[in-house]
Amino acid sequence: MSQLDFEKPILELEGKIAELKNVQSDQSLNIGEEVSRMQSKVSRLLSQTYAKLTPAQKVQVARHGNRPHFLDYTKAMITDFTPLAGDRNFAQDHALIGGLGRFMGRSVVIMGQERGHDTATRIKHNFGMTRPEGYRKAQRLMQMADQFQIPIITLVDTAGAYPGKDAEERGQAEAIAKSIETCLNVRVPIISVVIGEGGSGGAIAIATADRVYMLEHAIYSVISPEGCASILWRSAEFAGDAAAALKLTAQDLYELKLIDAIIPEPLGGAHRGRDEAVASVARQIDKALTQMTPWRGDDLKLSRRKKFLAMGRA
Amino acid sequence: MNWLSNFIRPRIRSIVGEQKDVPDNLWQKCDACEGMLFHKELKANLNVCYHCGHHMGIHVKQRLEILFDDGRYDKIPLPAVPVDPLKFKDKKRYADRLKESQAKTKENDALMIGRGKIGGQMAVVAAFDFSFMGGSMGTGVGEGLVKAAETAIKDHAALIVVPASGGARMQEGALSLMQMPRTIIAVDMVKEQGLPYIVLLTNPTTGGVSASFAMVGDIHISEPGAMIGFAGRRVIEETVRETLPKEFQTAEYLLDHGMVDMVVKRADLNATIGKILGLLMMRQTSGDPKNTLPDGAGGLSAGGKMVTSPGRSGGTRAEIKTNVKPREPANPPHEKPRRAAG
Repeated sequence: MSQLDFEKPILELEGKIAELKNVQSDQSLNIGEEVSRMQSKVSRLLSQTYAKLTPAQKVQVARHGNRPHFLDYTKAMITDFTPLAGDRNFAQDHALIGGLGRFMGRSVVIMGQERGHDTATRIKHNFGMTRPEGYRKAQRLMQMADQFQIPIITLVDTAGAYPGKDAEERGQAEAIAKSIETCLNVRVPIISVVIGEGGSGGAIAIATADRVYMLEHAIYSVISPEGCASILWRSAEFAGDAAAALKLTAQDLYELKLIDAIIPEPLGGAHRGRDEAVASVARQIDKALTQMTPWRGDDLKLSRRKKFLAMGRA
Repeated sequence: MNWLSNFIRPRIRSIVGEQKDVPDNLWQKCDACEGMLFHKELKANLNVCYHCGHHMGIHVKQRLEILFDDGRYDKIPLPAVPVDPLKFKDKKRYADRLKESQAKTKENDALMIGRGKIGGQMAVVAAFDFSFMGGSMGTGVGEGLVKAAETAIKDHAALIVVPASGGARMQEGALSLMQMPRTIIAVDMVKEQGLPYIVLLTNPTTGGVSASFAMVGDIHISEPGAMIGFAGRRVIEETVRETLPKEFQTAEYLLDHGMVDMVVKRADLNATIGKILGLLMMRQTSGDPKNTLPDGAGGLSAGGKMVTSPGRSGGTRAEIKTNVKPREPANPPHEKPRRAAG
């Protein structure tokens, strides 16, 4: 999970550097030179590798376990974060977390999927796969944001909505549909950032926004490349081909005019520079909110509609 | 064999004349009860098994015919959209798959839009064609639904959408994902005008189609036995590692779980939708003394006096006090509609 095959030469070099640093104390000065030489080689390899990642490799990077997740972002960029629980109907869903907080001084409602970072937290958060009650909580929080006229920030990171029996029983489809509808109807700014994986309906449920951004190596797709390959190629082995065909990278979506901007990641991906990645995301959101304030609710709703209706038209 | 099938057979066919997909005298088996069905009788029974009542797929043209009064409607063409925006290719090119489906169905995409009357009320129906790439929703279908909504608003008509779709069209990638918000915008525009938006869920309604416009109707009607859900049955079974009950994700199951208002047989759809549209579009604001309670329920006038029933159940001749279409008087539901507007 945390080792990417195409990073192997880089990881080996990094390992050697770590070894050299360990023995440095009882060796001569030459090692310092060697280390810096190797480090510049690592940087060179990283920039070369990451400048030409294939779509399949981007999928791997987007899902990397060490990328900053929702709770890393709230911890770093939100003060007074106050998580709010439950859909007032059935349950509290830990896969989609949301609440009130202060972002660079402003009151905001912030929500997003949390995938967890170890076995225990991954199970707690159901790997970021949301159930209907999660989407219904999202609707409740968005409506509250509308009532108090505070902006909404959503951070998207999910393989998709949870495909379980209970989720279907409680109306997964309806919950997603209503969540999209709520996004479209709120009279406050809504800003979305795909920070990792934007998995289909489970993602767009909270990503129908005035401004949609993607991190440089994030992906956003109508179906997972594995799922697409098993249907169209009749084997999940062709996931790489499917990843390319689906045009799911941030660069593709920007070209298709489906997102507003790409947020650059630090050299070697967000998993190598977590703080830097979070800071870049925060800067982009701050810029957008500054541009959009003050707002007129009805105009916002209208321009949001126009924006989505214009998508895909010649 | 190749020479035979590629050359000789087409020649014979061209001499004998174009063959129909299914000859009129053919028997077929019911998917559910395996009873033998005579093709002509099956078609006359709206593709519903006359042994067990199982609802089979129906051609999109016949779908529009059975929904509109007297089978009359005006077809509204789909707007043109960019073709194959991703230049998608799997084992086959998407552009070729599209052409094949277009040649097979003689339509541009998996949606057919008609305008006419249902129960005497103006209605626009947008029905999916499952035989066109599994009824999948890409830009063409999404743009069609926007067009249907705009037409409903312009004509002050109800909007009825009939999904029969496996979900989003993978070959258009994130562009098909964007049809989820786009189609919700379309139906919300209709709802904001105070016009009814009814979803008729048919087999199957899954994935990105179920999780968008199909689940935000004012009223959800389903055909018996239709599969409706977000995730596919196999995916769920693989995730939860248990065998799901047979009735899982059927229309009846959704009715039990509160997701649809009613399950209605195909033969009753026109009457049921007509009645609903009448109630929603011919809204009386005050009681009418000439109107009575249904037969057998006694008869209390607005003033509380007992009146005798004139022997007609329900009140269809009531004066229309509030009609959401002020420009044209609506036909009382019992009157035969005039030629469909357009």
